[in-house]
Amino acid sequence: MPVIKSMEELEKIRKQAKDMINLRVDNETKTRIVVGMGTCGIAAGARPVMLAILDELKKRNITNVIVTETGCIGLCQYEPLVDVIQPDHPKVTYVNMNPEKAREIVVKHIINNQVVDEYVVPNI
Amino acid sequence: MRELSLHILDVVQNSLGAKASVIEINIEENIKKDLLIIEIKDNGSGMDEKMTKKVMDPFFTTRTTRKVGLGIPLFVHAAKSCGGDFKIQSEKGKGTAIEASFVLSHIDRAPIGSMADTMVSLVAMRPDVDFVYRHCVGDQVFILDTQEIKKTLQEVPLNNPMVLDWIKRFIEDNLKEINGGA
Repeated sequence: MPVIKSMEELEKIRKQAKDMINLRVDNETKTRIVVGMGTCGIAAGARPVMLAILDELKKRNITNVIVTETGCIGLCQYEPLVDVIQPDHPKVTYVNMNPEKAREIVVKHIINNQVVDEYVVPNI
Repeated sequence: MRELSLHILDVVQNSLGAKASVIEINIEENIKKDLLIIEIKDNGSGMDEKMTKKVMDPFFTTRTTRKVGLGIPLFVHAAKSCGGDFKIQSEKGKGTAIEASFVLSHIDRAPIGSMADTMVSLVAMRPDVDFVYRHCVGDQVFILDTQEIKKTLQEVPLNNPMVLDWIKRFIEDNLKEINGGA
């Protein structure tokens, strides 16, 4: 079984990751990305969207962002939904997400600080 | 839902909503009996008898944003349409357990799908909650217990990207192993 080897690897990861922690900022100053994970969200493809966001953040070595979840907010027809909440900014809700669009939001909104207007929830 | 692992992700949201701190997910593939059993147990707030009966009704939800709640009904439907069954047990203040069974070889049975993706999503979103995921195929067993991982990690958070990567690979490798290395 490769299990023992894996646990050794986890110990190595711990040592590497430990050095990163000190650089982290407080939770209040962090940006939050919230993925809709109700039944509607999951059925519409929220899981690959969330995994794409995590992957893009990892690739770009962004550690000051919290990725979290919420339930159904009643906009099921627009799922998968992704909220970006930055401190001192109004919340931005993106609709009809897919993994590619989600990656785009990480690059444009999180890194370049530009809201991607075309994916923002329409006024209803 | 195309995969049973998505149903699991969905039903676990109920446990999270019920403020559970430990959530157990058991999957048993019994080839001899041609049976697949998925069990999810939590130590959340639980429900009284009246409410437990209601959750199978699609027009029941605790939410106020809309009038339907489809998580459990969809899962029940998935089980029952493959010759299986669905049970729910709950006690106020103690927690809830659900069990869905499926005929393993039933033509309409959805694939289990990526449990690695489901577990990584859960751990990434809620590193504060402990998850115990147990998967049996025949007499082969694999267990992922985030409490143990946390012990090894010490001060490193469970949702660290490198740790999440490791969890994904750990699950995928071990599932391959218990499925006969295929």
